[in-house]
Amino acid sequence: MFEGLNDRLEGVVKTIKGLHKLTEENISTATRDVRMALLEADVNVAVVKEFIAGVKEELIGEKTSAGIDPGQHFIKVVHDKLVEILGGQSAEIEFSQKGPTIILMTGLQGSGKTTTTAKLARWISKKGYTPMVVSVDVYRPAAMDQLKILAGELDIALYDADPGMAPVDTLKKAIKAMDHEKANVLLVDTAGRLHIDTAMMDELKLIKKAVKPTETLFVADSMTGQDAVTVAGSFNETIGMTGVVLTKLDGDTRGGAALSIKKVTGAPIKFVGVGEKLDQLEAFHPDRAASRILGMGDVMTLIEKAQDNIDQKQARVQANKMLSANFDLNDFLEQLQMIKKMGPLDQLMKMIPGASAMMKSKEVAPDPDELVRVEAIINSMTLKERARPGLVNTSRKRRIARGSGTQITDVNNLLRQFQKTRKMMKGIGKMSGKNKKGMANPLAEFGLGGMQ
Amino acid sequence: MVFGFFEKKKVETDDVSEEENLDVEPAEHDPEEIERPVVSIEELDTEPITENYLQPQQSVKEPGPPESLDIEPADDDAELDEGEKRGFFGRLVSGMSRTRKNLNDGFDRLIGAHARLDDEFMEELEEVLLSADIGIDITMRIVEELRIDVKKNLLKDTSEVIEFVKKKLIQIVAGDSAGIQPVAGVKPWVILVIGVNGSGKTTTIGKMTAKFAGEGKSVLLAAGDTFRAAAIEQLEIWAKRSGADFVRHQAGSDPSAVVFDAVKAAKARNHDIVIADTAGRLHNKANLMAELAKTKKIMEREIPGAPHETLLVLDATTGQNAVNQARIFSESIGITGLILTKLDGTAKGGVVISIMDKLGIPVKMIGVGEGKDDLRPFDPAQFIEALFPDTSSD
Repeated sequence: MFEGLNDRLEGVVKTIKGLHKLTEENISTATRDVRMALLEADVNVAVVKEFIAGVKEELIGEKTSAGIDPGQHFIKVVHDKLVEILGGQSAEIEFSQKGPTIILMTGLQGSGKTTTTAKLARWISKKGYTPMVVSVDVYRPAAMDQLKILAGELDIALYDADPGMAPVDTLKKAIKAMDHEKANVLLVDTAGRLHIDTAMMDELKLIKKAVKPTETLFVADSMTGQDAVTVAGSFNETIGMTGVVLTKLDGDTRGGAALSIKKVTGAPIKFVGVGEKLDQLEAFHPDRAASRILGMGDVMTLIEKAQDNIDQKQARVQANKMLSANFDLNDFLEQLQMIKKMGPLDQLMKMIPGASAMMKSKEVAPDPDELVRVEAIINSMTLKERARPGLVNTSRKRRIARGSGTQITDVNNLLRQFQKTRKMMKGIGKMSGKNKKGMANPLAEFGLGGMQ
Repeated sequence: MVFGFFEKKKVETDDVSEEENLDVEPAEHDPEEIERPVVSIEELDTEPITENYLQPQQSVKEPGPPESLDIEPADDDAELDEGEKRGFFGRLVSGMSRTRKNLNDGFDRLIGAHARLDDEFMEELEEVLLSADIGIDITMRIVEELRIDVKKNLLKDTSEVIEFVKKKLIQIVAGDSAGIQPVAGVKPWVILVIGVNGSGKTTTIGKMTAKFAGEGKSVLLAAGDTFRAAAIEQLEIWAKRSGADFVRHQAGSDPSAVVFDAVKAAKARNHDIVIADTAGRLHNKANLMAELAKTKKIMEREIPGAPHETLLVLDATTGQNAVNQARIFSESIGITGLILTKLDGTAKGGVVISIMDKLGIPVKMIGVGEGKDDLRPFDPAQFIEALFPDTSSD
């Protein structure tokens, strides 16, 4: 997410960090770089202009008092401005107080409406509501089948629309059918349409008038360029929107469209799609996004992921064990599996402050295959060997290598790294958590090469 | 502290195959045809197809070949009359009218507001070009070159700028009109279609199939997107529309296997053209790119020289990320050309200029509408011309 933007801004921040004082001149240089960074990230030209003007005004207007690091100050101003443009507070989905909640999904062709509809239905059901989905996309071949399959995968109720029926009639029937399914939220997937296609926009207007949705979400591809402003602005004017879902953020897009869309519509970005799996939908947090943009990492999301996916009690037991002398390969394997639940490693890494810069160099980039190998090696050990790695002699090593499809050197490396890590962990344990920051790195020894 | 990346796609594929047991798949699947590739051609041919999938065609408006758009195809030399919307150029211009309008608005405003080629003018010119998604590098370069020419007094007036910019852009995209031309005697001619999610691969294949079928060629479509729900059905409907042959496996199966069977079937049945659809994938997913490379390798192995075209489908609304897409797909798969879709919106498609500049990959076709005739060969000169029509007229 926002990678390229990150690169640029990290450079800017580095330059300015070395300065003692912010002058009109060096502010100008730094903001010029920020401007380029934002433009390269596809932030709309007009939005960039306003953004830069705002930052400059703030920086030049207030004299930085002595004692405040100018670099920090610059970052703070840029960060705050980004948060401001991205919407300030994070916004949740509104649910209707009386009667069913209806969520209308709109957007261009190929923005990801159908997938997002399914993901959102899943998210809503996790919140304790009972969603039902319906597709009124009678145009794209097999669009209705697509939603049907996804709903089936999620075990979510679907109103099976008759493709020959007008969308408004379908929706009236679907709303009636909600009672039967005990559903209280209806998600309506609509056909993709161009904002300049008057006939299609009229259809959407009719739909909206008929069902009076609680939420009208605009689904936008995060890779969109300058046109994002035109499209989003036009949808907002013609149809109106209560929120935005930004999709395909798991790509390497710089995601500038987020800034543009928010700015031009005023509608909050409510969710981001971060993968093809149906659970890969995240709430959007402006402050966190701004932090990511500035290369400050996103520890909050990381912690939340950990909370969602890791059993707290188990984790505490593990942590204590890790800092004791009893930490063995069985524990390590358990940890490995716990962390695996949190999501793809590369995505997790990006949330760690400073890690995104580190990952750019090939040597320290985590190699997913390496982790597969590590797991295979441990799995090929007996429980006893895992508990007492010292037992592993040459003949055992040979067996383990054969069993895991690796080389003896791989087994040796793993054992060596484990011993080293254990020694370090013990050291940290003795320091009684004084140096918490160091904890991530020694562990990273495994499979992560020179992460530290 | 962070581990646990295991091939994402693998996990997902597992999910899908599990779901097969849950019976979410439409009922017509041949249960014999799961997972493993090698199915005899006869078996493939007996795929029954449910009528249901054809239902949407009867409805209000549909993207296939709608009646209203049933215009005489390909009247390339139609007059370039202002109001004339038919013929290739007309379509291009009308499809891109918003692009042109925006750029022209920008230029008009720019030229109206400035009498002199000063710094302020240059900055605004920069913005006009940037807002067409042309990209920062080319923009800066053109503006710099303009400054130099102004300094040399080669240019004196703001009104000369449009011509200057147009000339520079044409230099970048110059080259022959490409299009996709199967070479006579090569049979089957194999086309692999790739791209990120939602770029318009399946629809483009549908249009391409209609075009080839209209030329009297026999086409076989390979349903290589086994991942996205109902992608197979979507392609199947397009195949039916053009009367093309169709090879599919079950959802969640190995795309390479589908392609293998398709190529075999095309050889056995003496088809002229094979077009393989693939699942949309973001270019930064290494494992998915590897899967695609494998699919391509299977083609190469079965038919020397295949795929004869590997086409990357790009959404014209995409910004500078399209350059990354083109670069990475090109590096890991190799591409012979681009297809630029959705040019009938307000998107500027200017990013292809960046791609051609940086990577030299030609645009072969453009999509300017939802009708089957709305897939057209890309003509660089006309593309730029359509960005800036009627220049210097008033």
